[in-house]
Amino acid sequence: MTSKKSNNKPLFFFVNKEKEPLFSKKNRALLTDPLDDNNPITVQVLGICSALAITVQLKPAIVMSISVMAVMAASNVIISLLRNLIPNRIRIIVQLVVVASMVILVDQVLRAYAYDVSKELSIFIGLIITNCIVMGRLEAFALGNGVWKSFLDGIGNAAGYGVLLIAVAFFRELLGSGKLFGIQVIPDAFYEMGYVNNGLMLLSPMALITVGIIIWLQRARNRKLIEKN
Amino acid sequence: MEAYFNLFVKSIFIENMIFAYFLGMCSYLAVSKTVKTAVGLGLAVIFVLAITVPINFLLDTYLLRPGALAWLGNDYASIDLSFLSFIMFIAVIASMVQLVEMIVEKFAPALYGALGIFLPLIAVNCAILGGSLFMQQKDFSGVAESAVYGLGSGIGWLLAILAIAAIREKITYSNVPAPLRGLGITFIITGLMALGFMSFMGIKL
Repeated sequence: MTSKKSNNKPLFFFVNKEKEPLFSKKNRALLTDPLDDNNPITVQVLGICSALAITVQLKPAIVMSISVMAVMAASNVIISLLRNLIPNRIRIIVQLVVVASMVILVDQVLRAYAYDVSKELSIFIGLIITNCIVMGRLEAFALGNGVWKSFLDGIGNAAGYGVLLIAVAFFRELLGSGKLFGIQVIPDAFYEMGYVNNGLMLLSPMALITVGIIIWLQRARNRKLIEKN
Repeated sequence: MEAYFNLFVKSIFIENMIFAYFLGMCSYLAVSKTVKTAVGLGLAVIFVLAITVPINFLLDTYLLRPGALAWLGNDYASIDLSFLSFIMFIAVIASMVQLVEMIVEKFAPALYGALGIFLPLIAVNCAILGGSLFMQQKDFSGVAESAVYGLGSGIGWLLAILAIAAIREKITYSNVPAPLRGLGITFIITGLMALGFMSFMGIKL
């Protein structure tokens, strides 16, 4: 009996007792669901603050998505490892401390290797700590699931967040300044014909309206997400 | 005195937490279905912001910023602990929220029931941590200034959530296109309100 159990243990001790394949259907759903049906921003309404403020250009949006992905994957794994040790009453403080240490790491790395972007993101890197996505997924998923699943959930939700962030930033930078990644993409001929950049897209209210329109499109396509009001 | 008043007005209208920086959007969207709960949460946010910003200011001045430890003696003057500020700020905020939770539970049990899960979640309201981080960037000259800033941004947040809650109560009677119902229309209305608040930007104080 014991020998049979220990056969399963080495290397894959975190997978599941029934020896589920690493990328079973259920595990793949953890990765793909948050991209559309269960998108953290448009469906779960988590992590809106940072999504809106840093989407003027593509580059900070991408850096932000990668940072969030790193923080989420790491803290999901850590909390999932500790999930049976954390007393229920103080779990929020434990979670905050874990997330805050991860964010400090990311912040220091960005300052060392991408100082311009880190300046541009200013306080929003720090605000990953209070980004509801991280806390929300820790509470809803990592506290009750195994390490590998939590890791996938972290990556999946951060990807869903990143996709939306990048979509919003794409439209805002393209329509607002005619550039992508700071390189002009709208040809000069257009400007000579009287095309003008829409400066309004660069202002913060348009981020909200862009997200509103994306939600509209998504729900028009995926009608089961419609709210009853 | 005038400087304080200017900062107060500026932090309410010109640098409104929600409309200018989108901080605290999650609870803003989630709790704004009725005016009553919105006001309760708004008051709690004001209270927590007005307390945590000055406390974090003191922490920053006497503990964290480069050279802040000079009061311990010359040997300590070169220490820079500012990389610890995230963790220190969030610890102060989490304990203050715990305090507020206890006070509300004791003196306003009805409000406590209505706010439910959102009271502990103030700890992860970006507006609170954002207030402290902006305070760090703004180089305030004293505790009073940072307290005024915290109070002002809290009131600005209350104003915003109150406005959207009132609009959402009315909008249940209108015929919104089905895919826009709920979240979508709230986003667009907030965008339009933010557009309105941008008219304050030209004011120099």
